[in-house]
Amino acid sequence: MADILLELRHVHKRYGENVVLRDLDLTVRRGEVVVVIGPSGCGKSTLLRCVNALEDIQGGEVLLDGQPVRQEAKNISQMRQKIGMVFQSYDLFPHKTILENVLLAPLKVQKRQRPEAEAEALALLERVGLADRRDDYPRQLSGGQKQRVAIVRALMTHPEILLLDEITAALDPEMVHEVLEVVLDLAKNGSTMLIVTHEMAFARAIAHRVVFLENGEIVEESRDPKAFFTRPATERAQRFLRTFEY
Amino acid sequence: MQSLGIDVLFKGRNLLRLLGGLWVAVRISLISVALSIVLGLLIGVLMTGKSPVLRGVFRLYLETVRILPQMVLLFIVYFGTTRLFGWNLSAEVSAVFVFTFWGAAEMGDLVRGAILSIPSIQRESAQALGMTPRQVYGYVILPQTVRRLIPLSINLITRMIKTTSLVMMIGMVEVLKVAQQIIEANRRTSPNAAFGLFAVVFLLYFAICWPISRLAGYLEKRWA
Repeated sequence: MADILLELRHVHKRYGENVVLRDLDLTVRRGEVVVVIGPSGCGKSTLLRCVNALEDIQGGEVLLDGQPVRQEAKNISQMRQKIGMVFQSYDLFPHKTILENVLLAPLKVQKRQRPEAEAEALALLERVGLADRRDDYPRQLSGGQKQRVAIVRALMTHPEILLLDEITAALDPEMVHEVLEVVLDLAKNGSTMLIVTHEMAFARAIAHRVVFLENGEIVEESRDPKAFFTRPATERAQRFLRTFEY
Repeated sequence: MQSLGIDVLFKGRNLLRLLGGLWVAVRISLISVALSIVLGLLIGVLMTGKSPVLRGVFRLYLETVRILPQMVLLFIVYFGTTRLFGWNLSAEVSAVFVFTFWGAAEMGDLVRGAILSIPSIQRESAQALGMTPRQVYGYVILPQTVRRLIPLSINLITRMIKTTSLVMMIGMVEVLKVAQQIIEANRRTSPNAAFGLFAVVFLLYFAICWPISRLAGYLEKRWA
């Protein structure tokens, strides 16, 4: 069990009367890519937001490396540095340049030295093909470019796991590819990721494990994505996957 | 020129006196505006905070300031409190106090609105990077708030500068009062001086407020 990185135990989340996550258990091993799919409103995004305690939970616990991640805990900002997150709407800081965006956390939160952090930032920006945009502001970039910067920004704190929350949902179709390329590249290099997506082809290509979520419960879980996407075991997953066919 | 009465301006030290009066008005507004911005940021942050008690207190403060005319506030502080508490407040200190009391409330409300206008996802992505609440405010929320505040607060600042003309009611000799004095002194020789001098006062206010409003336009464009 030593290689378990993230563990959700009996996580229960509700907004008032509305239960979003029901007694949910999920583990992610180091180096594993887990993709969560499901109909909209099924609690996928909430699940990710509970992992780094952007949402409080009403029951259960989230453990990273065996340590609890709790919103009210003193060490929450340290724990969040180990959990990188990229959002649907990129959310770069509009008042900072690309380089400042990716350097903010390493310099101000982690107090790293500028030359070293900057070298790493530029190397990562180079890797996503955006080193020449370092002094531009987010508004000068396309959606796909912004999302690649957001990935770099999340990587700069050296997270042990990356949470990707529908990162291509707000992009024009022709930009989806360039972003997913970056994510595939990360997966190849052994990054641990928990991904929520509507891109089924991408999910199939990248997942080590697929989790199908509906009404706040895990309906089906498969270690064989190819089999899952061709012949899901449950009727509910079948019905969901059929909605992607025309 | 004779008919407009502007020649009075160049008699003796009149022009210098007028500019001196302008400086009094500008000084009071500069100090008050600076204090209002600092206090307003603080109040604005507290007004968006979790404590319903604090929010209620500041709400009450803001409504009080809005209901009371500034002149009444000036009178209360300068004539009222000095009497009641027996302290010795100069007119200038009273004026700065009143304008700051007013400016901080209005600025606080502007800051509150500007903070709320920043999408919550900005705060969340900062938190997700491991920032503490203080860092989230310092590096992400407040810099964006200040940018959004510029056009709103410029309006307030120019209003404050114009409202400094009230301080003559508590005996301060600022630009408008100086103009009045000059007009009075020259009533016989230049009966038209009222028009000329007040026109000059108008231009002086314009000369102060216009660059500020230009600056706001420039910053707005640069930071858009």
